[in-house]
Amino acid sequence: MSLLEEYAKVSGEDVIAQLRQLAAPLNGAKVVHVNSTRSGGGVAEILTKLVPLMQELGIETQWEVINGEGDFFECTKGMHNTLQGNRTPLADHLLRAYETTNAQNAEILRPTLEDADFVFIHDPQPAPLLTLCPARKGKWVWRCHIDASHPYRPVWKYLQQYVVPYDASIFSLAAFAQELPHPQYLIPPSIDPLSDKNKALQDSVVADIYRKYQLDPERPLIAQISRFDRFKDPIGVIQAYQLAKQFVPALQLVLAGGGAADDPEGEAVLAEVEAVAKGDADIHVLLLPSDAHVEINALQRAADIVLQKSVREGFGLTVTEAMWKSKPVIGGDVGGIRLQVIDHHTGFLVNTPEGAALRIRYLLHQPETVKTMGAQAQAFVRENFLITRHLREYLTLIVALLHGAQERIELG
Amino acid sequence: MATLDSTAPRAGAPFAIKDCALVALATGRKARLLQELRSELTAIDAACIYHHFWGGLLQPRFVEREYNNDFAAWVRHGIHDAVLAERLAALAPVHFPDLEALRREIIELIDARLDEVEHLLWIRASQQFEFIRSQIVVFDTQRQLRQPAELAGALSALSTSSIFYHFVDARRRTPDGGDDFSDWLGAFGDEFSLLRQQLASIDPFFGSLAELRAELAGVFGAYFQGAGQ
Repeated sequence: MSLLEEYAKVSGEDVIAQLRQLAAPLNGAKVVHVNSTRSGGGVAEILTKLVPLMQELGIETQWEVINGEGDFFECTKGMHNTLQGNRTPLADHLLRAYETTNAQNAEILRPTLEDADFVFIHDPQPAPLLTLCPARKGKWVWRCHIDASHPYRPVWKYLQQYVVPYDASIFSLAAFAQELPHPQYLIPPSIDPLSDKNKALQDSVVADIYRKYQLDPERPLIAQISRFDRFKDPIGVIQAYQLAKQFVPALQLVLAGGGAADDPEGEAVLAEVEAVAKGDADIHVLLLPSDAHVEINALQRAADIVLQKSVREGFGLTVTEAMWKSKPVIGGDVGGIRLQVIDHHTGFLVNTPEGAALRIRYLLHQPETVKTMGAQAQAFVRENFLITRHLREYLTLIVALLHGAQERIELG
Repeated sequence: MATLDSTAPRAGAPFAIKDCALVALATGRKARLLQELRSELTAIDAACIYHHFWGGLLQPRFVEREYNNDFAAWVRHGIHDAVLAERLAALAPVHFPDLEALRREIIELIDARLDEVEHLLWIRASQQFEFIRSQIVVFDTQRQLRQPAELAGALSALSTSSIFYHFVDARRRTPDGGDDFSDWLGAFGDEFSLLRQQLASIDPFFGSLAELRAELAGVFGAYFQGAGQ
């Protein structure tokens, strides 16, 4: 069975037929995606399926990953943080490592990139590649997955020199878009319903996860499955748990996350979390390998409620994943979480540990509401946040780029 | 509202099923105050007005939609003025000859409300209004229907965006601001006037497109089943 046929079972035949029609005029086009890691993090997960799906639709699609060393990733992590609002300047030697690394990668990738009809550069890490490919013939698009609504201006100003020459950029939300002299498309990311992280699991797999991590299936369980990153506020989650536990003594908390190859800060945050969690046997802090997709899936299914108490968030694919598993989500009232957590319908938006604790207590006392919200959450994701919708918007964007700025494009 | 294509279908012409895909673009224009919204509305691309009334139907949104356009929703939840939100929500784009007339009416309603309640001039919304426009790509599915009865079977298999194109977007293209199905049925004379009345009573703004598709399939199915008995 082809990949597209498998998706037709989840998304519907009509959705796949539409993709085929939209892709028909792009048959044989050469598309290249470039990012900085093949595993770990939302971007790599999306590309893992987006690329083969585009290939199956007749588009010659490649996925290239740039290589870098410690200073490069320290710089790009700093860029990530400052674009999300941290006011910390980047040291000159880190910026030089950023430029040198991109120049080195350009030497390898230049023939492929200059020959492509469409190049999608994901996030700041490979952004300078465009200026390093002077003989490029195709359209270049910068895809920003970050909440850049309030960037630290000096760093944005630096990055802007590389982003301005692109033909278009993509942001997840309008609030993240920046002043740029080219069209700025708005495309929320998506999850893959057939991936190990999101596919349906047998009950025995979920039961195994309870055993493996000494979780009690008879007691309420809340979970935040997310990178150990300060913007995800894992300490705030522990505080919310502690407040709720005063009223629900049986409560258990799982804080689980994997590291990403391009995130050098994770270890420090994990140490902080472990220090705060120390002494409470009902707090389970789990550092999972980047390929522990089935375990993450099982943990999300095992939880009664999933939290994503971010204080900054690009989109929050972990929210989408939990909703797909029919879980109500208590999410930070920021970024893309607002697009997914519809307050009182698919979960609750909160601003403080106190707010999160209140909603935890409410939901644990309203099991019917948990079911209703969970069902609404799953339906909302099915309609809006599966990878097939994401792919359709990429194809639409490519067609639109071929036709300029006109509002209405009639094909055929 | 008919601004793009005022060609009525010819009698006997087949119904060409089309589909569309929409992609949204940021304009960089934002508003925190009602006065700013008004100011931006005077100059904003008409494509933004289209998007905030109609385009949202093809964008991620929760099914239980409280208001039928984004301006009303923002005034209610950002500015917290229920009166103006209700007045804006009552605007039906099909009652205006074009988007410019609709734009003028939105501005008129805001001005009238600012005259009534002066403090609205200073209320800062908790979330800014982001003006968005969209590009729509229309493509032919190569499927054609010869007889209206065929629509009864075909509707449930159409994509939701095809439903959007023929039943929502059509309001901007057809001569009488109606939908493509009614327009095509009209080419058969009075034969399907009852069915056209039933279609005219469907409000596309408050459910999901999948629900709209089911409702349309239900109306066509019941009509032709009845006709066959």
